[in-house]
Amino acid sequence: MSDTFDDGASQDQADFFTGVGSDRKTTEKGTPAKRMPAFILGEELADLADRDPRIAVMTADLASANRTIEFKERHPERFFNFGIAEKNMVTAAAGMAASGQIPFAASFASFLGILCAEQIRTDCAYPNLPVRLVAHHSGISMGFYGTSHHSLEDLSMMRTIAGLTVVCATDAALLRSILRGSIAHPGPIYIRLGRGRDPCVYDAPPSGFEFGKAIRLREGKDVTLIATGAQVHPTLSAAEKLAARGIQSRVLDMHTISPLDKAEVSAAAAETDAILTIEEHNITGGLGSAVAEVLVDCDRLPFARHGIPDEFAPIGPPAALYAYYRLDSDGITSRVLELLSGELRK
Amino acid sequence: MRTPTNIQERQQGRNISTNFLADRAKFVRKETVRLSRIAGAGHYSSTFSAAELLVALYYAKLNIKPLEPDWPDRDRFVLSKGHAAIGLYPILADLGFYDAELLDQYTRFDSPFGDHPDMKKVKGIDFSSGSLGHGLSVCVGLALAARMQARDHRVFCMLGDGELAEGQIWEAAMSATHFELGSLVAIIDRNGLCIDGSTEDVMSVEPLTDRFQGFGWETLRIDGHNFEQIIETLDALPPAGVGRPTVIIADTVKGRGVARMEGELNWHVGNLECDDYAAVMAELDAGLKPATWQHSK
Repeated sequence: MSDTFDDGASQDQADFFTGVGSDRKTTEKGTPAKRMPAFILGEELADLADRDPRIAVMTADLASANRTIEFKERHPERFFNFGIAEKNMVTAAAGMAASGQIPFAASFASFLGILCAEQIRTDCAYPNLPVRLVAHHSGISMGFYGTSHHSLEDLSMMRTIAGLTVVCATDAALLRSILRGSIAHPGPIYIRLGRGRDPCVYDAPPSGFEFGKAIRLREGKDVTLIATGAQVHPTLSAAEKLAARGIQSRVLDMHTISPLDKAEVSAAAAETDAILTIEEHNITGGLGSAVAEVLVDCDRLPFARHGIPDEFAPIGPPAALYAYYRLDSDGITSRVLELLSGELRK
Repeated sequence: MRTPTNIQERQQGRNISTNFLADRAKFVRKETVRLSRIAGAGHYSSTFSAAELLVALYYAKLNIKPLEPDWPDRDRFVLSKGHAAIGLYPILADLGFYDAELLDQYTRFDSPFGDHPDMKKVKGIDFSSGSLGHGLSVCVGLALAARMQARDHRVFCMLGDGELAEGQIWEAAMSATHFELGSLVAIIDRNGLCIDGSTEDVMSVEPLTDRFQGFGWETLRIDGHNFEQIIETLDALPPAGVGRPTVIIADTVKGRGVARMEGELNWHVGNLECDDYAAVMAELDAGLKPATWQHSK
């Protein structure tokens, strides 16, 4: 695990649209920019496409932001920019998949999971086609771009769609695992990313990655912290802070929201004293709700959902928003302490 | 299973007679009436308007193999106005995709045949439909896939005129010219009516020719009930491949073939029973009379 980044809460939001952002050696004012991990989506897909002629990539005027431009450079005949027309892109991806291709359609999560929810359900999931929907810049990671660009509802919407696998990429290495694992997966997949440059939890793609199987990152019996996507990194940091206070945390990377790893949730209920879910999503309908559905028969267990309350987020730099919602490591730490002290028990 | 003799005749270069096609259109209308009675409700009038178009495509144009429904080089057909599936199912059975007796369970519990077609359950359906406005985008994807696979088949899409109000249609129309999808052919069943009234009263779609021309499409306008015109148009399509997509705006009559339904809003969904059922079947048996209604262009 790398500690290079402060909970992924960089103030630099220039990369959202240009995809360049902090990769630049200097900022416009000539001061050194903070180095960030690369957004590996385009590169990894191009590598996969070298070996698999079925892979195609499409985006909606965001080829630079999501780095699918790197795929375009290497496989121009299999890259399609649909312009700002996400619904057409998703349905066309379904048509393409119906003829044997494996299309990856990428856009901001707000314009993929939320705007195209019906196309995903009706055209991708209902015919069970191998469309891969890459929803990047999810949650509140677009910060001051505001509610139109936030996606705090997409997990809730996506996980009720039958046959749709819903998975969150923790970091670049796990995204590689997801993309590689997706090739042989028969049905549609919604792949939720943060900024695509999220701080590293894994040094390399974890061996034995499977959709629907959580990864246990830390062992402890006082509390289980179940996190997903970009929240895994600050959750691990919180676990360290809790350990310093004598509280031992089990940490699960619950990358797959649907189908949920129910066995791992049940094990946490049986083997640890409390459970907190941590997600960059409205706590209605997302990871917390999915876990709560498993825990409904475990009423002896202190359990709370930590995420965005049922509201639209204010605008602000991501770091400010993470602090506001206590989704940084200090916030998560304090929520765990509240849970264990009984303040959150209802 | 029935041998698909019609397809074989066409592939041997024999002309399909207009009389034969007219007989198949009668068959489609009568089956629509029969199946609707099983369901207790049916989309009669928007299937009747498309009857000649569906028959011309399936008996005289599409390059398909009913005994090999997943043949990769087949022409694709997407019925974007999925509510006309009741007219397509009997054609697919007649051509040999499946046993016609299966249709006797139309819409009954666990039947593969619902009001809207399901590609996972019905052989010969190239894509599921029902949510209007999606089909043209599906066909954009199918045409792009054909290009990536170096196949030269065509992709046909039948659109209703009411669904042209869906914005996604125009996203797809824009992308079809941008990607130069010369293999894509859209056929608009321009029957003039949507559910609440004439398209021009509810949400006007005209001037349709100008609009598609403005999007860069080859634009043709024909009588959608005239087999000579339909076949001539389909035979004269530009070669599939890189080029401009083609739209055939087929002026039709909603409810065509049953006088009480022609131009009549209330028959978008309905149910014929008892004497009415027998009277309509007799009217269809007698053959098409001149239309009693025409939408204003």
